[in-house]
Amino acid sequence: MDWQGQKLAEQIMQIMLLGFAMIAFVAGYVLGSFQMMILLYAGGVTLTTLITVPNWRFFNRHPLNWLDPSEAEKYPKPQVAVSSKKKAIKK
Amino acid sequence: MHSFGYRLNALLTFAVTILALMCAIASLSDNFNTPSPSAEIQITNINWFQKQPQGNDEVSLTMNISADLQSLFTWNTKQVFIFVAAEYETPKNSLNQVSLWDAIIPAKEHAKFWIHTSNKYRFVDQGNNLRGKEFNLTLHWHVMPKTGKMFADKIVMTGYSLPEEYR
Repeated sequence: MDWQGQKLAEQIMQIMLLGFAMIAFVAGYVLGSFQMMILLYAGGVTLTTLITVPNWRFFNRHPLNWLDPSEAEKYPKPQVAVSSKKKAIKK
Repeated sequence: MHSFGYRLNALLTFAVTILALMCAIASLSDNFNTPSPSAEIQITNINWFQKQPQGNDEVSLTMNISADLQSLFTWNTKQVFIFVAAEYETPKNSLNQVSLWDAIIPAKEHAKFWIHTSNKYRFVDQGNNLRGKEFNLTLHWHVMPKTGKMFADKIVMTGYSLPEEYR
């Protein structure tokens, strides 16, 4: 998952859970059935899990472009220059 | 939301927190219910009235108990526990409460009932004060919820009395 995908997954999760909670509560209250509320909410949690937790492709629409290893080897990391520092202190 | 485990944990924690909130609101919704229960108890017979060897009075009686407690039930009610208590005053105690009978009502359909029964639990006094005693019969109920706060209340019925002499 890329950064945009993570944000999207979190938003979808929060909205879906809150939405299902409200729907389940209203349905249970109107029907007079506590069990209906619990069943609807459990179904909602399962559905949300299936949509937001696995690493689906649509969460990776802005992929991060890591530098290719062969490119990185062409430009070696800079070395720490110890000798030049000692000269500056002596002055 | 960096990894599978992270997302799963975040989702489950949030889901359980919301569930707790839903149960709290469900319990609060019980306050909107205004119950209107009714009950009546007749004592059909005093079976016997004796003084025990230890010196305490004991009485056995048969009652007709009829009640309509259907309005106590809400969507958040698991069961209603009811009991009938005899209440009276003695020189030793300002209030004596003796439980005579109890029952569990599991559903609204069973909440309107009529029962002819002798006392389930023994009516024994602390002493021998029961001759000619006037007492109240009180029907108590506890509405046990599926989640949240339990409500309890009672109906007091006055005007009952025991015989003057042992039988």
